[in-house]
Amino acid sequence: MDKHSAPGPQEPNAMIGPGHSFNSVTDKISSIVLREGAPRGWWIGFGIGFVLTNMMLVSLIYLFARGTGIWGVNIPVGWGFAIINFVWWIGIGHAGTLISAILLLLRQEWRTSINRFAEAMTLFAVACAGIFPVIHTGRPWLAYWLFPYPNTMGLWPNFRSPLIWDVFAVSTYASVSLLFWYVGLIPDMATLRDRTVKIIPKRIYGVLSLGWRGSVRHWHRYETAYLLLAGLSTPLVVSVHTIVSFDFAVSITPGWHATIFPPYFVAGAVFAGFAMVLTIAIPLRRVYELQDFVTAQHLDYMARVMLATGLIVGYGYLTEAFMAWYSANPYETFMMSNRMTGPYAPVYWLLITCNILSIQALWFEKVRATPIGLFIVAMFVNVGMWLERFIIVATSLHRDFLPSSWAMYAGTVWDWSLFIGTLGFFVSLLFLFIRFLPMISIFEMKTMVPEAEVREDLL
Amino acid sequence: MSENSNEQPIYGLLAEFSSAGELVTATRAARKAGFTKIDAYSPLPLEELFEALGLHKSRLPLIVLIGGIVGACAGYGLAYWTSVIDYPINVGGRPFHSWPAFIPITFETTVLFAAFSAVLGMLALNGLPQLYHPVFNVSRFAVASKDRFFLLIEAVDPEFDYDKTWSFLTKLEPRVISDVEH
Repeated sequence: MDKHSAPGPQEPNAMIGPGHSFNSVTDKISSIVLREGAPRGWWIGFGIGFVLTNMMLVSLIYLFARGTGIWGVNIPVGWGFAIINFVWWIGIGHAGTLISAILLLLRQEWRTSINRFAEAMTLFAVACAGIFPVIHTGRPWLAYWLFPYPNTMGLWPNFRSPLIWDVFAVSTYASVSLLFWYVGLIPDMATLRDRTVKIIPKRIYGVLSLGWRGSVRHWHRYETAYLLLAGLSTPLVVSVHTIVSFDFAVSITPGWHATIFPPYFVAGAVFAGFAMVLTIAIPLRRVYELQDFVTAQHLDYMARVMLATGLIVGYGYLTEAFMAWYSANPYETFMMSNRMTGPYAPVYWLLITCNILSIQALWFEKVRATPIGLFIVAMFVNVGMWLERFIIVATSLHRDFLPSSWAMYAGTVWDWSLFIGTLGFFVSLLFLFIRFLPMISIFEMKTMVPEAEVREDLL
Repeated sequence: MSENSNEQPIYGLLAEFSSAGELVTATRAARKAGFTKIDAYSPLPLEELFEALGLHKSRLPLIVLIGGIVGACAGYGLAYWTSVIDYPINVGGRPFHSWPAFIPITFETTVLFAAFSAVLGMLALNGLPQLYHPVFNVSRFAVASKDRFFLLIEAVDPEFDYDKTWSFLTKLEPRVISDVEH
């Protein structure tokens, strides 16, 4: 099937390269999993991820031994890297659900070849995000106190608190994303079971596919379940970052107490998520020669979504500045002028450069058609969205209502090692996923090839 | 394979086709000939096949609706019972039953219960997980998950007669017809 994998001239709007059939799609995608050994690039990528994962584990053990004093958090800035990283990671996850659920309901066919690894990205990003609030509690071994369970202390969580809403939102989001991903994998794992000749992988894929045999009666209910899950995930994904923004917006801190926060956070999440999807997709399609499945058209559409959501985020920044002036509230006005001209001003203007200026390049078709150019813009956005959360957390807190308690905030070496460690954890999980599960949905790709048209003249 | 209490010597007959269109034609012909215990196998979901088999309504949406309603009641009930009855906290004289604050959690539990109902309901109605099924005894069936389409007529069908069914299937011009052992 190698003759199909070379990037050839593509028709405009092509969602799959020419000349593909059920057979070639199955072979191409399943051979990535079933081949002997892994390419060198895989070992290098996984190796880097593995080393950094160990750095994360060391940082966690040292944290458990010494407590949160090893971090840069202080009073007034009690929310440091932990909340910044949490919001950054959970935001990245949102693109996966958007691609798999919202674009499915909108019948956007281009989602088909990117939904599987975007969903995997969601799960792994949520796994990284989940670490931070738990360890920020200071006594992570008591994290189960966050859940409502009958206890001898006679206590219940406060259901009026956004922090407890967050527990429910994030745990529901993680569970539903896992279900969605697993349901999508069932028919593909049956394909792997039927294609592999080795006994142990055959057994494992066989059990994981739950004995799926492709019965049309099963497919009928399967399609219904998949659509219903998409319908349920769509409001869910909007609710999750809305509730994350409530962590800020419900408090009465200047710069946080704003009604723009929920829509602006949701747009920012999709923006960051698409940047991460592009960051992953561009090298992957090259290393595994998947240009026929993740075509130039896919990259172009993802760039457009990134541009659109980026402009909404820019509107959010403008609204924040406008409201600080229009509200005539001295604390709001001070917070905004301190953010733009105070000690953190270079970070703020760097964030504007990354999130607003850099994406203007995406107006040009030439940039959207150049994978390397897109990759660079996506990296700018990845950094910019992290800086945005840093600015939101640090500038609202470090100069609070009482000037005598003002202080500066910066991450320590342990803050950074933990954050970079979670990046490695994310990368390791992603590489393991690519090695052991089909990174593109095989059965959904089959619906894109010409053979899937049932010809009426045969009926 | 193990002997079954079933009096039929085989489970059924399995015909292999190369295209979805041929399977649609064959499925319609089999239903027209009066067979009822039939199933079709396809590597991808196709609307035409659902129609050919006469599949329309599913009970799944109702199961999901019930799951969602149970989830909503559970979430709201939990927040209400803990905040109003079991552990009321007076915050500046505000009402214990502060319902708007209970909505986010009610929403999340609704989605959670509905999503689990959708997946578990789908698996239960499909009879999955079921790791063994007689069709797996046909070695050619391994391509059903790749690019081939199959029609199964079960031996328990009242219209089933080995020779007649075999000649009926032959007329549909399949690639291969196989006996499916128990």
